[in-house]
Amino acid sequence: MVYFGSARMSNYDVGQELAPQSFTINRALLVGYANASGDQNPIHQNEAFAQSVGLENVIAHGMFTMALAGRYVSAIAGSAAVKEFSARFLKPVVVPAGVDVELMVSGKVVEIFDSAIKIEITAMCGDIKVLGMSKAVVEVK
Amino acid sequence: MLSPDIVGRTFVGANIFAVTEESITEFCLTIGEPDFSVAPPTFSIKITLAESETLLKDSGLDWNRVVHGEQRFEINRPIIAGDSLRCSSTIESARMVAGNEIVSVRSDLHHEAELVAASWSTLVVRA
Repeated sequence: MVYFGSARMSNYDVGQELAPQSFTINRALLVGYANASGDQNPIHQNEAFAQSVGLENVIAHGMFTMALAGRYVSAIAGSAAVKEFSARFLKPVVVPAGVDVELMVSGKVVEIFDSAIKIEITAMCGDIKVLGMSKAVVEVK
Repeated sequence: MLSPDIVGRTFVGANIFAVTEESITEFCLTIGEPDFSVAPPTFSIKITLAESETLLKDSGLDWNRVVHGEQRFEINRPIIAGDSLRCSSTIESARMVAGNEIVSVRSDLHHEAELVAASWSTLVVRA
């Protein structure tokens, strides 16, 4: 598998912005993630239930949003190179029926170690920041 | 409120999770990951969150009011098909903040004696 950048240490500098990537979140993907992760909480699939507990609509699993940000991190040097990954769930991603919600993920190099880089990740839905304090440590050659 | 005497204790899960190629592939497909040879970095949540749910429900916590606040993973090596993972969960802290109970759980996943990954979940129990 060839990943962009092939993750050579010499390719990175502190402060460097990595190319952003857009991901789609919709109801069908939430059902897919519920099955893949085992998290079948109805607030992620059933609009009437979500509204009955005070939400405006169905919301994405926080861990689905984080998994997509993780996909962004894996693209640097493969999933096997990801050593640490963290995030705070700031705001829910609201997913109305029949709508493709866009999640825009971007990253910045914040630290360089001997054989790894630390990335700060930003995940936005429109102008709403949905993940905060998100960082990943990725091994690079 | 969780009973203070369970804070700091480690609970070794009764189940062993046999990681299959199918379960890794299914997880990869939902996030658009083309490499199915190892599990994506957040795959282990599939095991650990269910274990935390069981432990915290058994400890009297109302899981219906739980919101995921933060998540962190430290991955010693990627999870692969064929791993048999056992989860040990430690309730590291439980405290009240502005009327909400905030519970921090550490989950260690071992394949036999090897610590494959450790993760920390911060869960907020809404008042």
